[in-house]
Amino acid sequence: MTNAEIYKPAGRSASIKSRERAANAAIYTVLSVMSLFWLLPVLWLLVSSFRGEPGAYTEYIMPKQWTLSNYTRLFTDTALFSFPRWYMNTLFVAVCSCAITTFLTLMVAYTYSRLRFRWRRGLMNISLVLGMFPGFMSMIAIYHFMKAIGLDQSLAALIMVYSGGAALGYYVAKGFFDTIPKALDEAATIDGCTRNGIFWKIILPSSLPIVAYTALTAFIAPWLDFIFVSVIMKDNYANYTVSVGLFRMIERENIYQYYTRFCAGAVLVAIPITLLFVKMQKYYVEGVTGGAVKG
Amino acid sequence: MAVKKRDPFYLRLARGFNEYIRMFREGDLWTRLSYLIMGAGSLARGQIAKGLLFLGGEAAFIWFYAGFGWRYLKDFGTLGTNAQLRVWDEADEVFRRIPGDNSMLILLYSVLTLAAILPLVMLWKSNVRAAYKAQKLRESNKSLPGFLADAKTLLDNRFHMTLLSFPMITLALFTALPIVFMVLIAFTNFDKSHQPPGSLFGWVGLANMRNVVFSNPLYARSFGGILGWTFVWAVFATFSNYILGMILALMINKKGIKLKRMWRTIFVTTIAIPQFVSLMLVSKMFTDTGVVNVILQRLHIVSSPIPFLTDANWARFMVVMINIWVGIPYTMLMSTGILMNIPAELYESASIDGATPVQTFISITLPYMLFVTGPYLITTFVGNINNFNVIYLLTAGGPATLDYYQGGKTDLLVTWLYKLTVNEQNYSLASTIGIFIFVIVAALSLTVYNLTGSVKKEDQFS
Repeated sequence: MTNAEIYKPAGRSASIKSRERAANAAIYTVLSVMSLFWLLPVLWLLVSSFRGEPGAYTEYIMPKQWTLSNYTRLFTDTALFSFPRWYMNTLFVAVCSCAITTFLTLMVAYTYSRLRFRWRRGLMNISLVLGMFPGFMSMIAIYHFMKAIGLDQSLAALIMVYSGGAALGYYVAKGFFDTIPKALDEAATIDGCTRNGIFWKIILPSSLPIVAYTALTAFIAPWLDFIFVSVIMKDNYANYTVSVGLFRMIERENIYQYYTRFCAGAVLVAIPITLLFVKMQKYYVEGVTGGAVKG
Repeated sequence: MAVKKRDPFYLRLARGFNEYIRMFREGDLWTRLSYLIMGAGSLARGQIAKGLLFLGGEAAFIWFYAGFGWRYLKDFGTLGTNAQLRVWDEADEVFRRIPGDNSMLILLYSVLTLAAILPLVMLWKSNVRAAYKAQKLRESNKSLPGFLADAKTLLDNRFHMTLLSFPMITLALFTALPIVFMVLIAFTNFDKSHQPPGSLFGWVGLANMRNVVFSNPLYARSFGGILGWTFVWAVFATFSNYILGMILALMINKKGIKLKRMWRTIFVTTIAIPQFVSLMLVSKMFTDTGVVNVILQRLHIVSSPIPFLTDANWARFMVVMINIWVGIPYTMLMSTGILMNIPAELYESASIDGATPVQTFISITLPYMLFVTGPYLITTFVGNINNFNVIYLLTAGGPATLDYYQGGKTDLLVTWLYKLTVNEQNYSLASTIGIFIFVIVAALSLTVYNLTGSVKKEDQFS
């Protein structure tokens, strides 16, 4: 306790304390109410995925019948909606585009951060401008291009689309590379290390967090994307990814029969994403603030 | 490092030209021949592998142009004149298709072919330089670097070429060229009634732009209305999330609040659930027969379902509210770390001065946060202008209205663009809208980019 507080009149200190307590109580109330709002839909999703009765809602909160059949039928009843296939599609696309994107992004980030060459500033400006066009716009052209070379409605097209823009998403990684002291590079150069060597032996090992962040974001993207898949796949159900597939399940004509199964599918998609997200949470914060947290 | 003032583009270009003229003047026969036959200089001076690469590049380019590119490029001016015909075949009693031009392919491959000039120019330049350099080295009786030594510089002095070549090719193919293609589409009449190969489309100049801005009242009204709502939406969506998320973080961070970790985890859980899942889930909860309306009716709070997503004003209100639900945890997560960095002295002196929490928030927290997260804020704003998922998955742009051409009351420009292409195949109108979105986004970003001065800061570590 500091001196200043000791000499405070007793009455005033008590009023501060009680005001403090009231403020905290108010905050607890607000937080609890908000938590309720935020958690209820999540709980609703979980509960519905185990509900035996079909339909988009019930007039009571807890289901009368609990069942696992929503989950099992996702994998067995695949005549109309082949969830396992969509899941594997998404996994395949995610793994491929994750590998390609990570490599491309890190290569570009290193180049812009460490190497100085004539067109550096020009290329960075072009990237900036290209990034300002709505991504959807280029997609239509890509769709026609894929159609012309016979690749439309294929998973390969999806992979190309997801990893094709990797050269634009270098900002976070570049920002991180920028903070690695240049003295390290210089020392290595004196020891006869080439720039290739510096990239592999110095930059990459000291930026594992950002490698992880880049890889995880790239991996998660295909699970969440909706618009690209629906344009490229049109009505080719077999090559859908989970997001568009699940969307089809709750369209007007299917929702009564498939709603609980949609919930089960959503839970299955959410699990890996949740795990990955928990892992990359702290990188996420560093990413969006561009390392500003470090001051 | 001081920022060097760079010469304008055209001056640098002119200087570049001058250099090649100078090299031509100083060059001997082989160097001069390299201007026409690529690799000649290198071959003549014994750099066989290098010379063959240059020569091969030129040959490949000519082969590509003559064999493929020219077929399409020659029709670039008209985008094709003969549509595909269906002719009755008497003998077999069927319609036969007589293949004609395809405007789409002509435009697509013309762009590709024109773009192929760029690598040729780069190759040509490096060929001339190589020839000139080899000549100079020979004249001063120095030995020329072998092919292997040259290749090795790709891992060191010219490492940027190695690293950038592949990413740049993907960038060109999947982002740059498609954008050029779509920009060109905006100057054609590629719509539902001009679908190649059955019927061709052609250039119409600025007609689409004029239509959107004033000539076509329906288009102009739709564009104006949707643009207005896009801005209203972006402002509300960005700042509501920003401020409320920060307040949430402040509440959790406040001294004396227990179980900080638990509160944070509760809110972060909703981020972890894929956005499209939570959006679809919530959109079904708020339909006329959704769970919210059912509960409200059973509790006799309302007698008929509230048109949450089917009445224009309700829908607009709901998308902003649901976006808050989706977005607050992100801002909370991001601002937690930054808030802890605000110097405690600032708060102490404020409390000595008797500032209320609201005053403290407005005069200390907010300015500090804005300072640190300015760029993030503008990225979010731009992201919200193009926020396809939230709008499309919640309301699909609805409720639909006859005031707008193929649009609804919650449509953003980007969802309208989606509908125009996917449902209406009105590509030319969609591309025009896309260009307008680009202009808006570019203007916004450039302003902020210059304000934050991150351009100048970039080199501080070098």
